[in-house]
Amino acid sequence: MSKVSMTVNGKTVEREVEDRMLLVEFLREELNLTGTHVGCDTSQCGACVVHVDGKAVKSCTQLAVQASGCEVVTIEGLATGGDLHPMQAAFKENHGLQCGFCTPGMIMTAVDLVNRVGAGNLDEKTIRENLEGNICRCTGYHNIVRSIEAGAKAMA
Amino acid sequence: MGVEGIGARVLRKEDKRFITGKGRYTDDFKMAGMHYAAFVRSPHAHAKIRGIDKSAAEAMPGVVGVLDGKQLTGDGIGNLICGWMIHSKDGSPMNMGAWSAIATEHVRYVGDAAAVVVADTLENARAAAEAVVIDYEELPHVIRAVDALKDGAPQLHPEAKGNLIYDWEIGEKDATEQAIAGAAHVTEMEIVNNRLSPNPMEPRAALANYDEADDHFTLYTTSQNPHVARLVLSAFYQVAPEHKLRVIAPDVGGGFGSKIYIYPEEIVCLWASKRLGVPVKWTSDRTEAFLTDAHGRDHVSKARIGFDKDGKIVGFSIDTIANIGAYMSLFSSSVPTYLYATLLSGQYNIANIHCNVRTVYTNTAPVDAYRGAGRPEATYLVERIMETAAREMGMDPAELRRRNFVSEFPHQTPVIMCYDAGDYNATLDAALKAADYANIGKRKEEAKARGKLRGIGLSCYIEACGIAPSAAVGSLGAGVGLWESGEIRVNPVGTVEILTGSHSHGQGHETTFAQLVNERFGLPVDNVQVIHGDTDKVQFGMGTYGSRSGAVGMSALVKALDKVEAKAKKIAAHLMEADEGDIVIEDGEVKVAGTDRKLGWHEVCLAAYTGHNLPQGMEPGLKETAFYDPTNFTFPAGTYVCEVEVDPETGKTEVIQFVAADDFGVIVNPMIVEGQVHGGITQGIGQALLENVIYDDNGQLLTASYMDYAMPRADDVPSYKLSTHETVCPGNPMGMKGCGEAGAIGSPPALINAITDAIGNNNLTMPATPARVWALINGK
Ligand code: FES
Ligand code: FES
Repeated sequence: MSKVSMTVNGKTVEREVEDRMLLVEFLREELNLTGTHVGCDTSQCGACVVHVDGKAVKSCTQLAVQASGCEVVTIEGLATGGDLHPMQAAFKENHGLQCGFCTPGMIMTAVDLVNRVGAGNLDEKTIRENLEGNICRCTGYHNIVRSIEAGAKAMA
Repeated sequence: MGVEGIGARVLRKEDKRFITGKGRYTDDFKMAGMHYAAFVRSPHAHAKIRGIDKSAAEAMPGVVGVLDGKQLTGDGIGNLICGWMIHSKDGSPMNMGAWSAIATEHVRYVGDAAAVVVADTLENARAAAEAVVIDYEELPHVIRAVDALKDGAPQLHPEAKGNLIYDWEIGEKDATEQAIAGAAHVTEMEIVNNRLSPNPMEPRAALANYDEADDHFTLYTTSQNPHVARLVLSAFYQVAPEHKLRVIAPDVGGGFGSKIYIYPEEIVCLWASKRLGVPVKWTSDRTEAFLTDAHGRDHVSKARIGFDKDGKIVGFSIDTIANIGAYMSLFSSSVPTYLYATLLSGQYNIANIHCNVRTVYTNTAPVDAYRGAGRPEATYLVERIMETAAREMGMDPAELRRRNFVSEFPHQTPVIMCYDAGDYNATLDAALKAADYANIGKRKEEAKARGKLRGIGLSCYIEACGIAPSAAVGSLGAGVGLWESGEIRVNPVGTVEILTGSHSHGQGHETTFAQLVNERFGLPVDNVQVIHGDTDKVQFGMGTYGSRSGAVGMSALVKALDKVEAKAKKIAAHLMEADEGDIVIEDGEVKVAGTDRKLGWHEVCLAAYTGHNLPQGMEPGLKETAFYDPTNFTFPAGTYVCEVEVDPETGKTEVIQFVAADDFGVIVNPMIVEGQVHGGITQGIGQALLENVIYDDNGQLLTASYMDYAMPRADDVPSYKLSTHETVCPGNPMGMKGCGEAGAIGSPPALINAITDAIGNNNLTMPATPARVWALINGK
């Protein structure tokens, strides 16, 4: 067991956890932040993407202890003061989700993508290539791409 | 159409919770004292269980139970059922082998459950599952359906001699053979429909609790049809009586058919919860999902089609072998028969069709309905052979189709279906235009100059949704009726609750169903709440699959709304001392036509509940239920055009454009319909280009993770060009046909036809991996 301490969605949390506990389990089971999902066991699907120190991370690929001391933002922490993040709003406005299971990971990835590449540099090809690590079975990606285009504009 | 009525692109009411991480999926629920189940699964394709040594596992930390199949059957838990009886052509009933939720004596595929461990944490459960020692005696196995039919093949079930479940046929064999014998041109093909894994992104899960005080069970589960689950769990598996079992399917992360069935894990969690006295949760990991979720497709067919000298089809003969896996899943028998062969007439006027289907057991995971269920297999066959025949006859593939289109309705095919409405030329024309089909020659030349091979392919699909009059499916062997129920509950303040037996797992019912109420009464969709997925709240329903929630589910709501409207008008007429026939309800107001007399909708609703001043003899309240049984299938149809560019150096295919022109009848929310088509096409492109379930010769599943099973990703597919053409479906009050599966049904042949056009070789099998395409280009 190890002690972990991190900031999650702006709040400091401290827990005693098993060394083998994954960050995603920590978020889901310890903190009840069930918006972060698990869709695979090989770090392929991206349903579990959160931000750790401002970077998109597959939380099924990191141990909770590795995130100790870090600043973690999950889908639950993206909206500020009741206002949706522009990327969240864009997913709704462009029907970028159906069952919603991939959606938290998609949105967290999309926000990171805009931060990394810059809203102005996001053509369709770049968006599609950067979604390589996020699988959606419902939308066929068409409206996810539209959502990210719109979300990027709104973030600019 | 109002801004929120039928035909409006209303943004989804349900999105808020999903985009903020507040969706509630089965695995998100927790219960006090909850324990976790881990299954011990067979590593062998076929084996006899000689013995199980549980002692080490039982001694491990946190373990409260290690249970096996003998204990399960000893407690009276019944075998899994198949809900559709098929008779062979000799009249004998299908040969169904036994399937116990936990194997008792034999395991028959890799992943078959052999024992279950329940422990206080998931880690403890999994560790203990590793410690269960099962003494297996390996038996000979068979993986491919064609091999399972051979003399001397290993036998899976004593009930099914030669592994044959049924040998079924439809249509007139002699007439079809005669017609083909007299044809001016005959095209023959052997066509394989590859095996797929449905892969909803949310893995299956179950959380079961037996409450001893109330002698009552609750099951949270990833189901497309919680009421059917409850019925089957109680009536057939005897897990709990129906009135003592509540099944809740909360937010469900996609289904695509794979969450229709009642799987062993749900049964086991319920049973274990009572036996061990703790709530039991099981959540599939992705590998388990690949191993145990019902797979789809897996057909091998030989087809022959004959044409007269004018290119008119004279006869079509098909011989299919369908792999059903190791056990018969809930609707597995219907998929390669009534959901498949009844669509083999395609959009065409064909006088003679005969199809023979042999369905066989193999040592693989059960195969059942996956998005489209039988119709993709039929469409792939018809549209591949039409395209190939056109090329052989030197005709434009579009023209050959046009010559054979059904153009008068109703049209009775020789394979049961009676098409009620359509305009196949309209969708073909729209798709060809949008794809600039006329100028493909130029684009091919331009590509050639760059060393690339361009090709274009068509697919004119038809499918059947909204299955179907209960009496009709009953006569064909279905064990259930396929109606739907709906309840409209108007509250005293005028807000509305819709209770529906349909289930949304991505389809957006919370929005589209509310649009019906808006259309009828002019209430904002925000004043309408859609309730589904809980057997304690909704009386009964058949769930969502087969693109039935619009055509059948909404039709039930329309009937309930009719009753609500009639009663509200009576009350209003009484209150305003007007004639009932003069009352109109619009924009949230109840008016006397041609006067300025009116009441607010909420005033009429309140009057219904105060009961102070109601017409003589009227019961108070404003709540109505309706059951709707469809009068026919509905027949969505359309044309898909795919254009590809193949790199001859690598064999890699790029989808340049994909055009869809669909006729779904009346559309409630175009935004949602487009989303369904996008998703469906992408799954179809996945099947045609990427996806393939592969078992090796030992029956080990080689494609059990996303590292090995190629899911379509964002950069594998283009943006799509969609259009719709509407012919109103005469069979239901909404005029709707359904849109959930069309994309997956229509797209694979368009894509394969495009690649075969590009490379000049019709002999391509799905998925068209670079290796396969390269081999064909290079004559390997
Ligand atoms: S759960 Fe993390 S990538 Fe799939
Ligand atoms: S919306 Fe269902 S997986 Fe993406």
